Formats: sequence, structure tokens, C-alpha cells
Amino acid sequence: MTRLRELLFPLVAVLCAFAVGGVVVLLVGDSPLEVYKLLLGSAFSWPDGIGYTLFFATPLIFTGLAVAVALRGGLLNIGAEGQLYVAAFATAWVGIKLTGLPSLLLVPLCCLAAIGAGATWGAIPGLLKARFGSHEVINTIMLNFIAVALVGYLTQYDYRIPGDPIMESAPIGDNAHLARLGRFVPGLPERIPLNLAFLLALVASWLVYVLLWKTKWGYEIRATGQSPGAAEYGGISIRKEIVLTMAISGALAGMVGINEVLGYRYRYYDGFSDNYGFTGIAVALLGRNHPAGVLLAALLFAVLQRGGVPVDAFTQLVSKDIVQILQALVILFVAAEAMFRRKGWGRGKGASGTR
Amino acid sequence: MGKGERGERDALMGDIFTISLVFSTIRLATPLVWAAIGGLYSERSGVVNIALEGLMLAGAFTAAAVTFYAHSPWVGLAAASIAGAAVAFVLAVVCIRFEANEVVAGTGINILFLGLPAVLSGALFLSSGSTPQVPRDELLPTLSQIIPAAPQWRILTDVSAISLLALVVVGCTWYVLYRTPFGLRLRSVGENPEAADAAGIRVQRIRYAGVVLSGVLAGIGGAYLSIGQSSLFTRNMTAGRGFIALAALIFGKWRPVQTMLACLLFGFADAVTIQMQGVVKMPSGEDVPVQFIQMIPYLVTIIVLAGFIGQSRAPGALGVPYDKEA
Repeated sequence: MTRLRELLFPLVAVLCAFAVGGVVVLLVGDSPLEVYKLLLGSAFSWPDGIGYTLFFATPLIFTGLAVAVALRGGLLNIGAEGQLYVAAFATAWVGIKLTGLPSLLLVPLCCLAAIGAGATWGAIPGLLKARFGSHEVINTIMLNFIAVALVGYLTQYDYRIPGDPIMESAPIGDNAHLARLGRFVPGLPERIPLNLAFLLALVASWLVYVLLWKTKWGYEIRATGQSPGAAEYGGISIRKEIVLTMAISGALAGMVGINEVLGYRYRYYDGFSDNYGFTGIAVALLGRNHPAGVLLAALLFAVLQRGGVPVDAFTQLVSKDIVQILQALVILFVAAEAMFRRKGWGRGKGASGTR
Repeated sequence: MGKGERGERDALMGDIFTISLVFSTIRLATPLVWAAIGGLYSERSGVVNIALEGLMLAGAFTAAAVTFYAHSPWVGLAAASIAGAAVAFVLAVVCIRFEANEVVAGTGINILFLGLPAVLSGALFLSSGSTPQVPRDELLPTLSQIIPAAPQWRILTDVSAISLLALVVVGCTWYVLYRTPFGLRLRSVGENPEAADAAGIRVQRIRYAGVVLSGVLAGIGGAYLSIGQSSLFTRNMTAGRGFIALAALIFGKWRPVQTMLACLLFGFADAVTIQMQGVVKMPSGEDVPVQFIQMIPYLVTIIVLAGFIGQSRAPGALGVPYDKEA
């Protein structure tokens, strides 16, 4: 029964979000059916629809996993956005500095840079919480802004090609490129930026599953998340777990840099993230903080993102921003989970009755 | 500053630190004060308010759109505060009745108002993202437009009426918080809801009031951005101000006057950044990197939270839903 609810509840939340989103579309003066047909329909054509949808899903899988791991450890990582910016810049930095290395060495080094930078930026709020008890939510929010400013500064003053009007770094070396899947998959043109990072995202999902449910580390993370007091009593160092969890979370968010820099733009492009870090929160919540759920949720949001393009082009009034509205509604409905239990309404009514 | 001599440098410093810097500080701090004081009501009642950014955007968009149709900034301002209250009410229901994680729900509201104004403005004005320009004489007035003053006093009356109102609101908030029964209840509900409940205070009702008030004030802060400082709404025009307001609230230790001072400090940092651009050069002849000044509010917040500059203690029950039966 609870198993069924785990599966059913996200579906209900999504349907509710679509219903309210439909009302918005209706108020604006378009047909919800038409809009949803465009939103959901364009993702499944081959090769463009599927190729782009999987490409859009890649960063969301990483950030969704990042938020999910943190939540399993009892921490709310609002800082994936900052972590992925720092990581993407570090990826490009290695790709620019070490162009001489052979591909087999350079690509892993760049990936390590992404993971390491993300883990470091994620560990900072972990350390602050472990050492000073300051709340990770505020610190990760603040570190997002600091990351954007820091990386913006480095791009503008140190790594931009002089005279380039765009805020982007110099290109990384050819040896640092990650192959696009079009090279291996017949019928998938290489202009579609879907690349090996997508497979990495699948591997990362599996690894997160193994880590959380098959290892001692994962057990300790989950124990800390579920009941810090009991975990500490059981001999787990809460402080260590906080730092470790945030570092793993940051590392996962940082892997967005691999997809973006090594597989897509081949340089650091300032402001590239389309709110991936925040969408990751929606992905993790909808996916019930489970890697399999995260994959499905990331795919759903990627489908919507892909569908935003035809909505912009073919509807009279509604713009692709409807996607952001749907995302926000999903977050709100998932957060208000109690709404879907009878107890949720019952208590509210009962309480007002006694007032 | 190249080979700049001392006199030249002093002249440059004079260019930056002028009376206009004071006004620039006030202008930039005004929306922060409104939002931060709004956040104070919510957080002092025990409900985390990450949604200030979204509430400000709701106010900014509503103010610009309504003023465009109604041709009166005051109608626009009223509409903005109602919109802020309505959105905050939704947040309150999700957080208080359904006991949602307040940070998650706030994030949802923030994302909602990245998208909703764009869709609405697309439908209303056929331009996704921004509203049409409001004519100059229909913007929120400065004091000089309300009170006729001799030219030599212009310097004092050149601030927006909303800035002066912000000062009044800070004073009122101090009074309400520390000198009225409502303030006492608000604080007790945020510190120790069980005790408040035992004393006969309706915890949830007070919290609803706190969150809705935060929407009203943050909405007005947003309105000041779109129909005071600027003359139209543009996509994501708050650009993180809601979070800076949150930072100021923490830096100000959740107290009204200190919070206002923190807003002024952050506004000052912003004003200096703007005035320095293109005027001051580093010794090496490059522009001073504005990014480092932009970081100040955020760094200060982290340092304050870590307890390096005095203790900043959050309300005792901040972020803890209150369930009477539990």
C-alpha cells in the first residue's frame, strides 16, 4: 500500500500541476489541450525530439541526484546552481590549461576537475554547518551568488579572448572534447549535442543507488538523515556525515559541467545554466529522492523543456514560460503532500471547528 | 588610475563619495527594507521565508500592469500589496496547513514568478517578459512632487515617497513587535509555539498573519522597483534582491532597526559599485572588478551566520511546523 502510494503520489502531483497550469493557459486565452499537445508531443520524434530531450535531461539528472543525496542525508542543498557554475568553470580551466595532453588523460582530468570543484563548493556549507551550526540553506543560497560573481570575474578578466563581446572563456582543447552520441548511434546526427555525459548520468544514478543502499557510507548518510540523534548514539559522527553528504551532493551537481563544457559548448559560457540547480529540487522531490525516480522526473522536465520551443512558435498567446510555471506547481504540490491525505484536510477542518 | 597623482585621486574620490551617493544608497536600499521587514514578520512568527524574491516579483509585475491600465501609481501600489498578500497566503496554506517544507515551498514560489509574469505579460501586452512603459507622471512620486519645496531643499525632497514610508514602516514594526499584544504573540509563536498555545494563542492564525504581512510588504518593495525606480516590469527584475533582503534580515538579527541598517549597508555597497564603474581604476589601469563588491552582502551573511560578528540567533521555532496534536 505504501509502495503504491510512493508511485501514485508523484503522478497525482503532476496531474494537479497540469490542471492548475491548464487554468492559467485558459485564463490567458489559449486552449490547454493544444498547449499540452505541443508540450508533450514534440519530444518523441526521432532523432531531434528524442536526442534533444535526452540532452536536456542530462543536467537535470545530475542536479536531481545532487539534491536527492543531500535530502537523504537530511540536508537541503539549494546550492547546486553555484556548485555547477564553479565546476563548469574548473572543467574549462583544465581543458584550456592542459591542451597538450592526450585525450585519454585530459578528458578524465577535466571530469575530475568538475567533480572536485563541485565537491569543494558543496563541502563549504557542510563545513560551516558542522563547525558553526549555521544553516546550509542560507549558506548555499549565499554561495550561489558568490559563485556566479567569482566565475563571472574570472571569465571577464582572465579567461576571455580579448575583444570577445560575449562572456565566455577561450575554447578548450580538441583533446578535451567528449564524443557526441551521434558518432555511435546510426541515424542520430552529430549536430545534436547529446553526448557521453548522458551515459555518465545513467552510471551516476546507478552509483548513487549502490552508494545509498549497498554501502556502509550510504547507510550512515541515510541514518543521519532519518534520525541524527539515533545515528550519533549508534556511533556515527554527524559532523563528518554532513560534510561528506554535501561534498557528494556538490560533486554530482558539478558533473553538469562535464555535459556543458566537454560535450556541448567546448568552453565556459557565463550564465549557461537554465536554473538547473533549482529544477533539480523539483526533480529530486518528484522522484522521491530515489535514483530511478530522479531519472523519470528528469525525463519529464526535459520533455517539457523540449516542448517549450513549439509552444513558443505555434500558440497565439502562451509562451514557453509555461514550463517554468508547471515546474513551480509541481514543486508546490509535491511539497504540500499532506494535501493528498485525508488527514491533511481533516485536521484543518477539525482544528477550525474547535476554534 | 594610471600614474595618477594624489590630487587627481582625491578629485576622483570626490566624484564618488558625493551627496548623490547618499541618495543612491537610499534608492537602492528602499526595496530591500520593504522586503526584509516583510520577511521579519514571517520569520518572527516561525515561518521561513525564502520566497521574498518571488513575492517581490509578484508585486513588481502587478504594480506595473495595473498602473498601466489604471493610470495611478497608488492603485498600482495597492494592487501590488494585494497580489503579494495573495501569493503569500498560498505559501502560508502550503506551509502551515499542509506542513510543507518551507524552503521547498518558497523555492516553488520563486520559480513560479520567473514564469508567471512572462506568460501573463505575453498574453496582456504581447511581449513575453516585460510590461509597457508607464508614463513618467504616473510613476510613484518623489517627495518634491508632493510637497512643494524651495530649490535649496530639493536635495532632501528628492527621495521617493516610498523611501520615506519605508522608514515609517520600520518604526511601526518596532512598535508593533515590542509594544503591542500582536507583536508579543508573533514573537512567542516564533520562539515557543507550545507555550504560546498553552497560553491560549492561536498559533496557526498568528503565523498566517505573519506570512501574509510579509507578502504585503515585499509586494510593495517590488512595486517600488517597477513603478518607482524604473517605469516598467522586466523579466526577473528583482535580480536576487529578495535574497539580499533575506541576508539583511539575518545580518540584522531579525530586529527591525538593525535590519534596516543592514539594508542601508547593502544598498551602499551596491551604490558604490555603480558609481565606481568607469570612474575608478585599479593601480594597474584596469576597472575595479565589481563582482567583488557584489559579493559583500553574501559573504557578510555567511560570516555573521557562522558567529564571527556577534551571534545572530534565529527565532526558536523557525522552520518548525506546529501541529497541535503532535
